[in-house]
Amino acid sequence: MRKMLAAVSRVLSGVAQKPASRVLVASRSFANDATFEIKKCDLHRLEEGPPVTTVLTREDGLRYYRMMQTVRRMELKADQLYKQKIIRGFCHLCDGQEACCVGLEAGINPTDHLITAYRAHGFTFTRGLSVREILAELTGRRGGCAKGKGGSMHMYAKNFYGGNGIVGAQGQIFEAYNMAALWKLPCIFICENNRYGMGTSVERAAASTDYYKRGDFIPGLRVDGMDILCVREATRFAAAYCRSGKGPILMELQTYRYHGHSMSDPGVSYRTREEIQEVRSKSDPIMLLKDRMVNSNLASVEELKEIDVEVRKEIEDAAQFATADPEPPLEELGHHIYSSDPPFEVRGANQWIKFKSIS
Amino acid sequence: MSTPRGSLESDGRFEETSLDASSFTPLFILVTVREAINQGMDEELERDEKVFLLGEEVAQYDGAYKVSRGLWKKYGDKRIIDTPISEMGFAGIAVGAAMAGLRPICEFMTFNFSMQAIDQVINSAAKTYYMSGGLQPVPIVFRGPNGASAGVAAQHSQCFAAWYGHCPGLKVVSPWNSEDAKGLIKSAIRDNNPVVVLENELMYGVPFELSSEAQSKDFLVPIGKAKIERQGTHITVVSHSRPVGHCLEAATVLSKEGIECEVINMRTIRPMDIETIEASVMKTNHLVTVEGGWPQFGVGAEICARIMEGPAFNFLDAPAVRVTGADVPMPYAKILEDNSVPQVKDIIFAIKKTLNI
Repeated sequence: MRKMLAAVSRVLSGVAQKPASRVLVASRSFANDATFEIKKCDLHRLEEGPPVTTVLTREDGLRYYRMMQTVRRMELKADQLYKQKIIRGFCHLCDGQEACCVGLEAGINPTDHLITAYRAHGFTFTRGLSVREILAELTGRRGGCAKGKGGSMHMYAKNFYGGNGIVGAQGQIFEAYNMAALWKLPCIFICENNRYGMGTSVERAAASTDYYKRGDFIPGLRVDGMDILCVREATRFAAAYCRSGKGPILMELQTYRYHGHSMSDPGVSYRTREEIQEVRSKSDPIMLLKDRMVNSNLASVEELKEIDVEVRKEIEDAAQFATADPEPPLEELGHHIYSSDPPFEVRGANQWIKFKSIS
Repeated sequence: MSTPRGSLESDGRFEETSLDASSFTPLFILVTVREAINQGMDEELERDEKVFLLGEEVAQYDGAYKVSRGLWKKYGDKRIIDTPISEMGFAGIAVGAAMAGLRPICEFMTFNFSMQAIDQVINSAAKTYYMSGGLQPVPIVFRGPNGASAGVAAQHSQCFAAWYGHCPGLKVVSPWNSEDAKGLIKSAIRDNNPVVVLENELMYGVPFELSSEAQSKDFLVPIGKAKIERQGTHITVVSHSRPVGHCLEAATVLSKEGIECEVINMRTIRPMDIETIEASVMKTNHLVTVEGGWPQFGVGAEICARIMEGPAFNFLDAPAVRVTGADVPMPYAKILEDNSVPQVKDIIFAIKKTLNI
């Protein structure tokens, strides 16, 4: 009885501080928010950097958790579908790097523009596409976000320019740095440093691995890419920097991918299983957020488990759809070559095979 | 004792091999295209210390497609070099090395990535001997997989035979089987000019019989010479790379209907062996070209134009026909991809149309 009264009084006193719209029916109350210390970022040409503490609301925390778990489970489902040969070609997974795409999105607006390389499934989701559309694109079906025409590396959404297959071009990035700085373009250059370029470690490929300094005259931040709050704060800082008219800025997110470079790379010929296991057990981004939330009473273990169950179901349903949805119709092979043009004829494998092309 | 051992020469002669235990080579062994390229490079690396290989993942990873497996272990850091992901940069370094007297093999993980470096291939390599009035040769090999694979979508499926074949100063070869692959890579490395070697990822794992002649360390396939893979009388079918296999399949099917196709494996895109094609057309009076690349300004288009300019034109009983990839960026979905590359049925259809059957 006394315990119950104590619990009720805690609840009631909690109610008094919260806005009137808040309904408290649960037998347990959570904190509304909590303050966390985050790692200080290394700075290049900056007097000060992002704050070293941040406030995480329960609502945001649950949302980030759900999003990261969704990306994680979606990538693992893609792994499974690839091994079943339902996904073909190239498939570059980002499990381990969830804090990057989710943290980034948390620090920018939906109206900002984002472009990335081929490890793009996570960004496609955080930029607003559904798991259904993403998985159906991976399986090459008409319900895919690119109607099955693009595949893993070529997914697009509003203010999201893919998904691009051709990378490297180290010269090009320096050209981009130069013009962005010259014209003070509001551009955040982000390096997801997962320590390896395909099968080559950064030490074997880069004369300087301090990527956040490589913009030279462009200021830079080196960020703990496994901590979503760190990524969020750094992104907020970088975005504010750009929006204030100061020009471009660089962010190096130190992160890690559990899978190999792609599904055809086992990922253990150039790094040890011990290394992968160590990152998983000490720095997993989902685990880090979960521990923080549980330990500061922002959420309960059961509640997060419930989210896990919901996410699993969402992924299962999406995978079902992605496997059952039919392939695009053959008649559409020639569509979407040009934009805003009148229809024309497209040649097939010989002069007697013709396809119609509609914009 | 035993039946005579030897090999059947291409002109029908039986060449008997002397049974000397120390010089015994098996009549035929099965070698995959991948192994053939590996062997070819290995032999040339051994033969000439100026030869070296550079590219992404070629050394410690054994090659993205394992084509350079074992070479780094055998030859070390100085001969087999892992580069950062910087095509324009390392292609430029390779061209400079060739100008200075080395003999680099510059690997592009796929030729799609060569577009990042195409200025180096064309402007720094291909044109230099001409621009220098014959002073500066560029003995370089650019090699890697070309064309469509399976499900790798638009940016990773382009065929560059027409683009590179367009340029004076370059030699461009396109092996189909293991003998082609081994003989052409060796010729390319020994050639003092820039040679583009267009391999095919889907062919890497395919085994072919390698004759004892082809197993020899001095075996070369000459650049600029096509090979008649199958003799025929009714129609000439010309192709390069993987589609050569599809043409042979089509020929087998049509043979049952009494149509005998002469299948020519181009082996070289530039300089094109038009004479072999002409001689064949003057015999069969019909021509179909087959390629994986896009139709406009393609290899088949060039063959047709040259036939019109030469003696074979008057021997044609019907217009020449091209079978090509579909004129679209490569789609990802399987049904669309399958219909964007030339299939055996498309080749058979084109042949029958040409023969008015």
